[in-house]
Amino acid sequence: MKPFTYERVATPADAAAAALKNPKAKFIAGGTNLLDLMKLEIEAPPHLIDINRLELAKIVETDDGGLRIGALVRNTDLAADRRVRKDYAVLSRALLAGASGQLRNKATTAGNLLQRTRCPYFYDPTKPCNKRTPGSGCSALSGFNRNLAILGASDQCIATHPSDMAVAMRALDATVETIHADGRTRAIPIADFHRLPGSTPSVETELAPGELITAVVLPKPIKGAHIYRKVRDRASYAFALVSVAAVIPKDGAPGRLAFGGLAHKPWRVPAAEQRIAEGPKAVAQTALAGARTTPQNAFKTELVERTLAAVIEQAKA
Amino acid sequence: MDNEELIPVSRRGILAGGAATATIATTPAAAQAPPAEGPPPTATTVLKVNGKAMTFTLDTRTTLLDALREHARLTGAKKGCDHGQCGACTVLVDGRRINSCLTLAVMHDGQEITTIEGLGRPDDLHPLQAAFVAHDGYQCGYCTPGQICSAAGVLAELKAGVPSHVSPDLDEVKATHDELRERMSGNICRCGAYSNIIDAIAEVGGIKA
Repeated sequence: MKPFTYERVATPADAAAAALKNPKAKFIAGGTNLLDLMKLEIEAPPHLIDINRLELAKIVETDDGGLRIGALVRNTDLAADRRVRKDYAVLSRALLAGASGQLRNKATTAGNLLQRTRCPYFYDPTKPCNKRTPGSGCSALSGFNRNLAILGASDQCIATHPSDMAVAMRALDATVETIHADGRTRAIPIADFHRLPGSTPSVETELAPGELITAVVLPKPIKGAHIYRKVRDRASYAFALVSVAAVIPKDGAPGRLAFGGLAHKPWRVPAAEQRIAEGPKAVAQTALAGARTTPQNAFKTELVERTLAAVIEQAKA
Repeated sequence: MDNEELIPVSRRGILAGGAATATIATTPAAAQAPPAEGPPPTATTVLKVNGKAMTFTLDTRTTLLDALREHARLTGAKKGCDHGQCGACTVLVDGRRINSCLTLAVMHDGQEITTIEGLGRPDDLHPLQAAFVAHDGYQCGYCTPGQICSAAGVLAELKAGVPSHVSPDLDEVKATHDELRERMSGNICRCGAYSNIIDAIAEVGGIKA
């Protein structure tokens, strides 16, 4: 790990100011992904701004019947919150499907959104990777890409976003609230928060340098069956091959469907949600429009359809 | 931190002591100078380790695990993968289990850290330690301190009603063997003592099915 200076900040404004003063600094909260990457020197910030003591660890009700989740709410606490369990079960289920108990106790809401891909070439500094070293090439295109993207990828990068939580938040139409280094705040719909790789795979989100996530806001609850189904290589503590976050109303109204494990961001196709009543094949056909597979990850298209079949069946039960 | 008097002289003690001496530095805390030149930046941190306040002046890069092992000389928590994948480094921070390899010591200023040494002693075993012995919950024992600290966290989480991936009902969490298996998935045992580990935890948790 490269040496770094360290400071602890007390308010979001202080955090933003510290970031302005140290343009190459990183915020650290849970640290479960950042420190992992720093040990491998894939990340090497010269300065860390510890935001763990900020007053951003609460979940409060919003005026329009939703929830504002503080950026520092730990994954365990978000999954276990009584209001989330009752009204946003898809989010609880997604969180509980991710990582291990130890990691969920540490990982934060904002950090979960900002975690980096687990593409094996991003993690291997001896191999080219456009995300790690822009312009160096993509080793995954012709390498081991069994678990990489089939949608929204580019000839520069076929990495997937590893979060389960973000997939449920995409289905729920969450909003990410931030504060800029100069004190301005803004709200970014989660649909626009993560970017596709395009020609700049190293730029993963809409956040400006030094911009800090302060909260994630959920709109008022949606009634229906809340389901998160994750398919992975082992029963626990593994990243998704395919996952589906679903909220399916009992009255046959169009539901919500978001997919994980398929792209550089949670994937959602509103037109596919209109076809739930037609069954999994129709939904998959629309959701996977434009999919480009490799011989290794072509199985994902069928796995999406089968996972949808299980989800739709579960929603009827 | 120097508590040499507490540790009988052993090869392990000498190795840990050597590493501690080599890495303790004395530059002021929260130094803002760019780290390119000179000694690496350090910071001073107070941790309450197993009920005792300990002051550390550490290279900012020091993980909580390395602070405990190399500086506090509590070698119970183990370094397995050093990337949060194996769980051998699991300790309790303010009562919650975390991977001590994936966090910096300086991030835990003022917090209560409980390691396996704080859970029980050879002459006064924690119920989980006694149960691991009774059920043969290990072979080589390397993962065991992490398994036991994690198990202590799991039983507390079950008691608090925290749900898991396998909870059929998010609102009514029932303690079962399936729950234990899911919740312990962040602790790897290369010897494969899993079934006995689950039996040991189930006995302490009073979990029948």
